[in-house]
Amino acid sequence: MTETLVPQGAVPTAQSLSTQQALNRAMRDILASDPKSLVFGEDVGKLGGVFRVTDGLQAEFGAERVIDTPLAESGILGMAAGLAMAGYRPIPEVQFDGFAYPAMNQLISQIARTNYRTRGTMPMQMVLRIPSYGGIRAPELHGESIESTLAHVPGLKVVSPSNPHQAYHLLRKAHEMPDPVMFMEPKSRYWNRGDVDFDNPGDLAGSLVAHEGEDLTIITWGAMVAKAVEVAELAAEDEVSIEVIDARWLKPLDEEGLVASVAKTGRAVVVHEAPRTAGLGAEIGQLLTERLWGRMQAPVERVTGYDVPTPAGDLEDEYIPGIDRILFGVQRSLEY
Amino acid sequence: MTVPPIASPAPEHLWPPQIPIETPADTLRALARHMLVSRTLDVEAVRWQRQGILPAFPPAFGQEAAQVGSAFALDKTRDMAFITYRDHGVIAALESDLTDYMGSHLALWNGGFADPNEARHTPLQAVVGSTGIQAMGWAYAQKLEGSGGAALAYFGDGASSQGDVHEAFNFASVMEAPVVFFVQNNQWSLSTPLHLQVAGGSIADRAAGYAMPSIKIDGDDVAEVFEATRVALDYAREHGPVVIEAFTYRRGPHATSDDPSRYRTLEEERMLGPDPVDRVKDAIADDSWWQRATADAEEAVAAVREGMTRPRYVHGDEMFDFVFQEKTPQIAAQQQQWREETDRD
Ligand SMILES: Cc1ncc(C[n+]2csc(CCOP(=O)(O)OP(=O)(O)O)c2C)c(N)n1
Ligand SMILES: [Mg+2]
Repeated sequence: MTETLVPQGAVPTAQSLSTQQALNRAMRDILASDPKSLVFGEDVGKLGGVFRVTDGLQAEFGAERVIDTPLAESGILGMAAGLAMAGYRPIPEVQFDGFAYPAMNQLISQIARTNYRTRGTMPMQMVLRIPSYGGIRAPELHGESIESTLAHVPGLKVVSPSNPHQAYHLLRKAHEMPDPVMFMEPKSRYWNRGDVDFDNPGDLAGSLVAHEGEDLTIITWGAMVAKAVEVAELAAEDEVSIEVIDARWLKPLDEEGLVASVAKTGRAVVVHEAPRTAGLGAEIGQLLTERLWGRMQAPVERVTGYDVPTPAGDLEDEYIPGIDRILFGVQRSLEY
Repeated sequence: MTVPPIASPAPEHLWPPQIPIETPADTLRALARHMLVSRTLDVEAVRWQRQGILPAFPPAFGQEAAQVGSAFALDKTRDMAFITYRDHGVIAALESDLTDYMGSHLALWNGGFADPNEARHTPLQAVVGSTGIQAMGWAYAQKLEGSGGAALAYFGDGASSQGDVHEAFNFASVMEAPVVFFVQNNQWSLSTPLHLQVAGGSIADRAAGYAMPSIKIDGDDVAEVFEATRVALDYAREHGPVVIEAFTYRRGPHATSDDPSRYRTLEEERMLGPDPVDRVKDAIADDSWWQRATADAEEAVAAVREGMTRPRYVHGDEMFDFVFQEKTPQIAAQQQQWREETDRD
């Protein structure tokens, strides 16, 4: 049995799961409770997906609802669009982040704007699951960080959980939302465990404080949250108190949550794996400048991937922001 | 409007040929040598992956005849192969440097280190379904130039589901581009079996809809693959595109990370009969020659390993140097910052 977070005698509602198990459980609960839900994509059925996130779902819910599709991402998303038009709430998957690119035609030109085109009469309720970001030394196009590409498209919402509890509840929440939600799963964190409290989701809107602090705010999401917390713990040894904000929702951004933290600390460092130019770091920096002009002690710092294609595995650690690079960013801000 | 007849005239019949082709004995031996290199590399690479030398590897067990036979038909002075991620038999047959090629699987450089124009094959790339339409464009350029060159586009049964492949068929046929689409129908796309992937079970059958000739062959018979590809390339140079569908079987896992027991049985694999390497060995029927050829393949692959383990350090600077021909100021600034933060100065 797992460790519980509740007082003795109470019925435990929390269970220790990996992110991969939590997502699996969320889809099981969705498929069981919503007959209009479907899970489909390449190899999600019999194999259970390359990361086993959909493991066992086809056996339990049948091949009509958990579908191994032909290999075509634009097809998968086009099919999802048609299902949504018919009132279904599909949960399609692209196998890896980089294979969302072949789907962009249906995603950007159709799914993102059908609600608009139909003046709100034909919503595109769906969740696109995207195993995302780097960190597993995968081949080319298996480690892309495409959040700003997606966030830039009017009509798409974007969310990225950072731990099993968030993964379970945000997936269920995204499924209930009436708009298309891009669900970016940090693949390097699939196997990290944590308590999932099924009955107490907490607030699922906006950002979260992942680590409290007073001197500086790190704003990040996905797999970078764990690294930022590590940085905060290291900095605490030097008596620097860092607050880590897990942005969670990348579209819409939680403006109030981000501003509140930076209003308190006066300094911000945005960390993301995606390339720097036109990345969300720029968007967040601009937001903070607008809202806190004259009240910050330093310009907003960015620690990001470079403006280069995600490199091969051997160079991955040079590309993805590591503890050292985040600390340099913190130092630049503190010494400004 | 006049209604056209149900079907347009049947595309030309190319295979089997009217007069059966005899493959010369020395050609068969040359093919077998390349197949042995591909097979030995597979066996070794799976071992290297277990030893932690390679992060992952997609073996081509069972597809040696399809890959070697087709690529050996290319004219390296003017043709070009458009490859995917499981085509090391093509690399072997083109005698492109296998150590350079393995740089991609070693996670040193996505795409490997070959110069495509010299090696006569495009870099390794993973986007399933992308090769055909690029091959068409390259082939159209050959037609404009009058170079006589033809493109050979490799892809799988899974890839044939991508819209790009259908677009490639149509573009090539409309513009009569000298391209041969070479489908390795190995019955599987990762865990997805052919019947869930390809309606009707054959990609060649679709060629007629694009008014292109097609060829269906036993992809495990290297002589047949070689001769059919030569016929197709000759036709393509003169008239336009051809689809070849080589029926074969992916006898290994999708990649070293894959566990096929989750979706197919050992029983199914045992039913397959002799593999293409066994078949060419039987066809040559010369044990002492075979032993020598095997030893040569082992030596060649040992040299690949040797080349791979001699540390080929890819400097982080290269991450910034090849994004553009003309580097942007932003990338230059990021490169400088990277150097300072990582003590490279
Ligand atoms: C566009 C795209 N989608 C998904 C993948 C993941 N993927 C890699 S190989 C593969 C199966 C390909 O099957 P097939 O085309 O038959 O080639 P084979 O693996 O049999 O050689 C899949 C789904 C990919 N590489 N590219
Ligand atoms: Mg296949």
